[in-house]
Amino acid sequence: MNKLVVSPSPHIHGKLSTNRLMGDVLIALIPAFAVSIWVFGLSALLVTAVAVATCVLVEAVIQRWCLHRKETLLPAVLTGVLLAFNLPSNIPLWLVAIGSVVAIGIAKMSFGGLGKNVFNPALVGRVFLLIAYPVQMTSFPEVDATTGATPLSLAKETLKQGGSVSDVMASLDYTDMGIGLMSGSLGEVAAFALLLGFVYMLVRRTITWHIPVAVLGTMAIVSGIMHGAHPEEYMSPLFHLLSGGAILGAVYMATDYVTSPMTSWGKIVFGVGVGLLTIIIRVWGAYPEGMSFAILLMNACVPLIDKGFRPRRFGKTSKK
Amino acid sequence: MPKTFPIGGVHPSECKISRGEAIKPMPLPEVVTIPLAQHIGAPAKAVVVKGDKVVVGQLIGESGGFVSSNIHSSVSGTVTAVDNFVNAQGLRQAGVTIKVEGDEWLESIDRSTTIVRECSLEPAEIVSRIAAAGIVGMGGATFPAHVKLTPPPGKKTEVLIINGVECEPYLTADHRVMLERGEELLIGVEILAKALGVERCYVGVEKNKPDAIEHLEKLAKEFRNIEIVPLKVQYPQGGEKQLIAAVTGRQVPSGALPIEVGAVVQNVGTTLAVYEAVQKNKPLIERVVTVTGKSLAHPSNLLVRIGTPVSALIAECGGVPENTGKVIGGGPMMGRAMVNIDSPVTKGSSGVLLMSESEASRPAEGSCIKCAKCVEACPMGLEPYLLKVLAQKQRWDDCELHAAADCIECGCCSFTCPANLPLLDYIRLGKGEVMKMIRARAAKK
Repeated sequence: MNKLVVSPSPHIHGKLSTNRLMGDVLIALIPAFAVSIWVFGLSALLVTAVAVATCVLVEAVIQRWCLHRKETLLPAVLTGVLLAFNLPSNIPLWLVAIGSVVAIGIAKMSFGGLGKNVFNPALVGRVFLLIAYPVQMTSFPEVDATTGATPLSLAKETLKQGGSVSDVMASLDYTDMGIGLMSGSLGEVAAFALLLGFVYMLVRRTITWHIPVAVLGTMAIVSGIMHGAHPEEYMSPLFHLLSGGAILGAVYMATDYVTSPMTSWGKIVFGVGVGLLTIIIRVWGAYPEGMSFAILLMNACVPLIDKGFRPRRFGKTSKK
Repeated sequence: MPKTFPIGGVHPSECKISRGEAIKPMPLPEVVTIPLAQHIGAPAKAVVVKGDKVVVGQLIGESGGFVSSNIHSSVSGTVTAVDNFVNAQGLRQAGVTIKVEGDEWLESIDRSTTIVRECSLEPAEIVSRIAAAGIVGMGGATFPAHVKLTPPPGKKTEVLIINGVECEPYLTADHRVMLERGEELLIGVEILAKALGVERCYVGVEKNKPDAIEHLEKLAKEFRNIEIVPLKVQYPQGGEKQLIAAVTGRQVPSGALPIEVGAVVQNVGTTLAVYEAVQKNKPLIERVVTVTGKSLAHPSNLLVRIGTPVSALIAECGGVPENTGKVIGGGPMMGRAMVNIDSPVTKGSSGVLLMSESEASRPAEGSCIKCAKCVEACPMGLEPYLLKVLAQKQRWDDCELHAAADCIECGCCSFTCPANLPLLDYIRLGKGEVMKMIRARAAKK
């Protein structure tokens, strides 16, 4: 007989792997990707391809020559896709590459690589581009003969110049916004397709419901109260949920494992924070869109949230 | 909704390949080695010497204290050694080696198959018979049964729970006992209930054993106060604290024993042994062992005399397959990998599992991505990812703060970790150090 392996229990392992989790998120993004190709054409494909290729290359190079280890590259693929989903389809491709280098090189690998980063890499890449190249980042291609402005920037401009909510809504249609016929980044436009992916991830137990529901719920409640009080000054909850990458952010960016809390209650607190900050930035901030900043700000709070919100221990409930 | 425990848990593939195999008596081996410590607590003291003739059921090791247990000969023959032998973990341990000659039993043991229902003994007499018969927890923990049946002063037992969960993949020994020895099992429950003076008895069985549930429910109509509780299939439901929570909804506090919430739990195998000890005067000398594995020729449930070499069990089931890479005593989640397969079957051996080389090796470790799957899986509500790092950094005080001592070592965290991190290995290390600290503090007082 051969030599026997002797190791501590457990002697079997479940089917979960990092690659499977990342793969499931990628599968969940397929419908939204299809919609973006339908809306924006081949340029959507090109932007995504450049982002993914650059992210994987940077990750591989740093793994090999700086960290001296070899790990799965699928998370880098996901970062590339998510970054591309946060960019306009007509952005110059060299900017996509710069954003990818910042995302992987600075936001992820400089912290120590997979699992060590504090901030969501794709969002760091996006926010870097937004601040460094505001013109290219905010000029969107025309969709369906409407203007090149996103619904959020349209709302911001109109309301600032004394217009009312009905003026904004005159040129918008909720059905178009729901299926993706509006101006915006690659992946943020197709609310319906993004929600389809959310359902897939819930079924596969890739993520739990806590963060997306907390983010979107908070946004809906806060904007609902404001809209209810002053219907002509503040946009409706539905408008907020369908625009500005709210669903993309809540379902795919805020739920990033590495940069979100560990426990259910922690996730809810994190999600409420993201939702609240998003509305505050959108309504009173300088930028029309607030999701990216809100998530990054809450990312910074995650270690604190993890310290404050521990899992419910067995045997603790019956005593108190 | 079927009942289950409140937090965590995982669903490993069941792999109960031997579930349809009836219990088969294993032929007598040529030699048995009976360890003197097969239980938690003090080892038994040998009362035989080399050259003595013994018969089946004869006392060969006397209990070494209150938390200890008697050891009986499982065969008849000549004692050839009372000395150290190498156990399954490759460690030296005291035991009695007996060369088997014939199969002669003590006169006092009732070997007939007639089922004796009535028990007229007083509770104290029942407990002393159970202690005399050397019965220990046969689910694997091997805690002496009579200790559990003697509640500390001031504590009242309210419920008796029989553990028929068998949540470990592959194992089917308890399942077969419930199917084939159901009536004796329920009489055993009645006896235990009488010893404890409890009115409510539950038998917890997971819903992946519908035949056992149906069979026991039919039989239970003949008994007062015994309720069969079907449970949702979820590992580690057979953990004592998890089972109590699943059946009664009460959670045993951290560091406390089940009696704190008025519960006593006994395993199915133990309960059958109690029946045999009290009604048939038969000490614990044999048990049902599942011998299984995907490559094994004939996976079986064998009735085995204590002390039989594990290698003989495997030979009886078709021999060690060519590709074997690991032999596990117990189930795949909590069992222990064996170093020496010639080591004996003990009172706590519920199964022997052979794994192929490809199943035996651990997958490569990745990086923790903080996915929180381990936190979701932990049935005790701990943070395995955190405890692992704390143990790695040898921050034992922090390990204690984060309740490493509460870990039941069920393995859910390591099982579920997508990065294949050996979480439980490190938590065990941390738990060991924390327990040392707790004991040192207790000794100072």
